[in-house]
Amino acid sequence: MLCEKCGKNIASVHVTKIINGKKTELYLCENCAGEKGELGFSFEGKFPLHQFFSNLMSFPGSGSGKVASTSYSGLQCPGCGLTYAQFGQIGRFGCDRCYDSFGENLLPLLRRLHGNQKHIGKIPARVGSHVRLKKDIERLREELQKKVAEEAFEEAAVLRDKIRKLENKISSGGENHGG
Amino acid sequence: MEDNRKAKHSLSENSLEEILKNNDGENKMQQERRSEIVSKWMEGTGPEAEIVISSRIRLARNIRKMPFPPLASDEQREKILQTAKDVLRNSRLEESGFGIMDISVLSPVFRQVLVEKHLISPLLSRENRFSALMLRKDEIISIMVNEEDHFRIQCLLPGLQLEKAWQEASRYDDILESHLDYAFDEEKGYLTACPTNVGTGLRASVMLHLPALAITQQINRILSAVSQVGLAVRGLYGEGTEMTGNLFQISNQITLGQSEEEILQNLYGVTSQLINQEKSAREHLLNEGREKLGDRAGRAYGILKNAWMLSSREAMQFLSDVRLGVDLGLLKGVPLKILNELLVLIRPGCLQYLKDKNLGPYERDLERAIQIQKCLP
Ligand SMILES: [Zn+2]
Ligand SMILES: [Zn+2]
Repeated sequence: MLCEKCGKNIASVHVTKIINGKKTELYLCENCAGEKGELGFSFEGKFPLHQFFSNLMSFPGSGSGKVASTSYSGLQCPGCGLTYAQFGQIGRFGCDRCYDSFGENLLPLLRRLHGNQKHIGKIPARVGSHVRLKKDIERLREELQKKVAEEAFEEAAVLRDKIRKLENKISSGGENHGG
Repeated sequence: MEDNRKAKHSLSENSLEEILKNNDGENKMQQERRSEIVSKWMEGTGPEAEIVISSRIRLARNIRKMPFPPLASDEQREKILQTAKDVLRNSRLEESGFGIMDISVLSPVFRQVLVEKHLISPLLSRENRFSALMLRKDEIISIMVNEEDHFRIQCLLPGLQLEKAWQEASRYDDILESHLDYAFDEEKGYLTACPTNVGTGLRASVMLHLPALAITQQINRILSAVSQVGLAVRGLYGEGTEMTGNLFQISNQITLGQSEEEILQNLYGVTSQLINQEKSAREHLLNEGREKLGDRAGRAYGILKNAWMLSSREAMQFLSDVRLGVDLGLLKGVPLKILNELLVLIRPGCLQYLKDKNLGPYERDLERAIQIQKCLP
């Protein structure tokens, strides 16, 4: 969660205070917790990665056109509410959907970090079978359309049931499309 | 051994002998705690164990449609932790010797001990909100829950065993995956909180002891070459820690667009080269002046055995000198295992855990000397 004071950094400090017998809880980032003197100790060297990111991401607005800046900072992940600008500040995604939400904007960053943009390597077994199922469904759908065009409705109905079964299989595996 | 030490230190009252004697009262607790601190990866075995202290694999994994821990609410973090506990119960992990510790119930000193043993990260040690460590009894496999990612699976082995560590970690990855719905994208691979981990989510590293390269002043040149081939170089305790005791941690930085095998091959290749360079530097030093090296090791041993106070930095340097002497057969009777264990035992958290109280820097230097004195044969 984000800091409840500045709303910019990741909250990593949980502060509980009792004022006039009333308990208030605050989640603060290391900066704000330090400023407020909430902590008796200092944190170990702050991680400068977020600065590194904002440099890499080179937000427009710092010199270049302002039009692009609105479309950039307007980006927000529907999964977790993180904006692209906030991502630049904290250098962390809020959830897995951020990757889709920020889409192509991430490609230069990934290229500079890794020199690549596409995953090669291990694939979860479930995803592997999921990919197979998706391909089967695609194939059946094509067949279904053919049958419908041929007005072979009985056969089309059989195919439709098969597709439904496969789709159920996918969603019972935890997959859930469109959400 | 005890008598030996007494004969050696026939000093006046309040001598080191006295201090050691006073310590005898706590010996039972200390012995138990010392054996708690000691871990399998310190055992000094495995291929190239003289130069490669340990090999580590870490896999970052997350669950779909759940905010990553840094942005997750308490309820969401609790749910992740509960999921971890369910997996522990439903898989065979519990039977195969896994336990789970809630970080929030651990004392600050014990958390520090876990960091110093390389079982959890400093970040996890500061988490009070529904974070946990799942640990296999032999401590070779550890799984951090609600660190920066929902799950971080680690395998830590002694010596140069990257491939084996990867296979083990991957096996536990498969077990978790059969109970969880991982955040995975066909294009971007395993999705992680930090873009530096996306793809394989794999961080592979080796801990190397390279004293001869340091003595021959080649180390900076060589390490900068290492960083130019996409590998990171750090000290014993990772990011931002100073490199003392001639210990260097080398790890991959690229996680996207290289397969796990490629990443391991690359790290293994560079590690092999470093080992060869270190070996030829040792050869060179032996030819130049075997006596000088023996003298260096003997002096270091003498100081470690007799000093009343030792800073961490000094201790690490002397342990390095002794280790080199042992490796080259110039100093006998000191097992690698003990030298590895001491690297951890002399850290601030472990010293305080052994004494069961908070120690300031001055007291730690005293206690460090005592522990080394006790453990070094
Ligand atoms: Zn803040
Ligand atoms: Zn998101």
